[in-house]
Amino acid sequence: MDLSLLPDGGMRWLDASGPKSTIVLSTRIRLARNVRGIPFSQRAKDADRIAVLARVSDAAVSSEHLGSAVAFHLDQMDRPERQVLHERHLVSKELAGLERESRPRPGAALLVQDQVGVMVNEEDHLRLHGMWSGFDLEDAYAEVEAVDAELGRLVPFAFHQEFGYLTSCPTNAGTGLRASVLIHLPGLVLTKEINKVLQGLSQVGLTFRGLYGEGSEVVGNFFQLSNQTTLGKTEDELIDHLGKIVRQVVEYEEQARDVLLRTAPEEVEDKTWRAYGLLKHARRLSFEETMNLLSGVRLGVGLKLLPGPGVYTLNKLLIYTQPAHLAAMDGRSTGDRELPTVRAAFVRRLLEAESS
Amino acid sequence: MLCDNCKERDAIINLTQVEHDSKVTLHLCEECAQQKGVETGGAVLKSPLGNFLGAVVKGGGTAGALVPASGDALRCPACGSTLRDFRDSGRLGCDRCYVSFDTHLRDLLRRLHGSSQHVGERYDLPGEGGNGEGADDPRSQLLELKAQLRRAVEGENFELAAELRDRIRVLE
Repeated sequence: MDLSLLPDGGMRWLDASGPKSTIVLSTRIRLARNVRGIPFSQRAKDADRIAVLARVSDAAVSSEHLGSAVAFHLDQMDRPERQVLHERHLVSKELAGLERESRPRPGAALLVQDQVGVMVNEEDHLRLHGMWSGFDLEDAYAEVEAVDAELGRLVPFAFHQEFGYLTSCPTNAGTGLRASVLIHLPGLVLTKEINKVLQGLSQVGLTFRGLYGEGSEVVGNFFQLSNQTTLGKTEDELIDHLGKIVRQVVEYEEQARDVLLRTAPEEVEDKTWRAYGLLKHARRLSFEETMNLLSGVRLGVGLKLLPGPGVYTLNKLLIYTQPAHLAAMDGRSTGDRELPTVRAAFVRRLLEAESS
Repeated sequence: MLCDNCKERDAIINLTQVEHDSKVTLHLCEECAQQKGVETGGAVLKSPLGNFLGAVVKGGGTAGALVPASGDALRCPACGSTLRDFRDSGRLGCDRCYVSFDTHLRDLLRRLHGSSQHVGERYDLPGEGGNGEGADDPRSQLLELKAQLRRAVEGENFELAAELRDRIRVLE
């Protein structure tokens, strides 16, 4: 596998060019589709999976949107490489076969072109996804939808007049659309308002998850907010609704930050500088500590209490300090005891490069 | 004003209840209001499904567990999976399962999403000249019209809604 084939490593969204990108890191759109007449993953035999991949690959080659896509055959890749793709949010843990001692199943693949990827033989035959910088639901949806429309003309999708797009799990049926934003909410966490906001989400048909989606824990005050239901509303309605609520959450976060600045300006300033100081000088850093320190620095940069680093650098640090990325960079295994030392050295290097 | 219930915290919610033809207004603080089951997230839109779905997800259960066991023996002729398999795994075997188990799934979809009628993008199978699977048959026309009616009512376009309603009546 050669990740350098991917421009920006498949992560153009890191560049922080999108709207509200100090608070909203990224916007993600996912569409679930299945090939008509082939059993879903639960029931599919290896031959079915391989047939799905063949159909999707053939369609991709003759398509405009995926004509020069880079293909990753996960069942032919080593675990560390698969983990790197997962850490970049390009494949799910399930597809990459990273759960406990599992292996990727035959036909498990990822196609990537520009900012759109297609996971093949995940829970559904196709999971089209795209990640955009900042808070940009409309652009992200338009792009993923264009790929979907083109693929749907080349591969027959399972569709039902009443139930819409048919998916392996009925929680995704209808539009098959999951729209989500990755949002940084330290203000609401520090002012202890976060639980109220999260409870409110469930009342408006939205849900939240941690940094890596379903089943993952919240680290570094990063939350993924997304729609809960996928049927009975149009794609635009689902996206508008999520957009409306996210705008409100961003507003609450900004208000919480104002409260912090008004009521405890010195404490906040001290906290962000300490986080920056530790990142710049620590000799060993765990992944979790790094996430929490990056959260503090990001808050300081957002509040203009710190002169730097730039949001792009902070985003890069989020990705490249993860275990598989560090291990690959330094030729080690992800379980290497020296990884915290390697991590601290890498963080120092990137921060020094930026300030020089 | 102090909360009528705990008499400690400030009342921020006025709860009006009608009991035996008389109106009683309670002034409650946020905590007491929540204990009485009043939603206090005032500004936000509400969906009756939110809490229910949240409970399903938090309980670690799958959507399949919501289907009653009475249909367990039903089998999809296309892939061979039974409704029991779905109840256990939460995953369907193939696209035909949606037809084989349609009564159970319609009910489940309504509970999960508040509706079983897809109103989003329509899809035409490749090579069918722009018309999807049976798009011309009255049933699918009817479904499409109902979806349009729903959008018209939501958009408060009542003139269009009335016209659509008439067309639906003719088809029905």
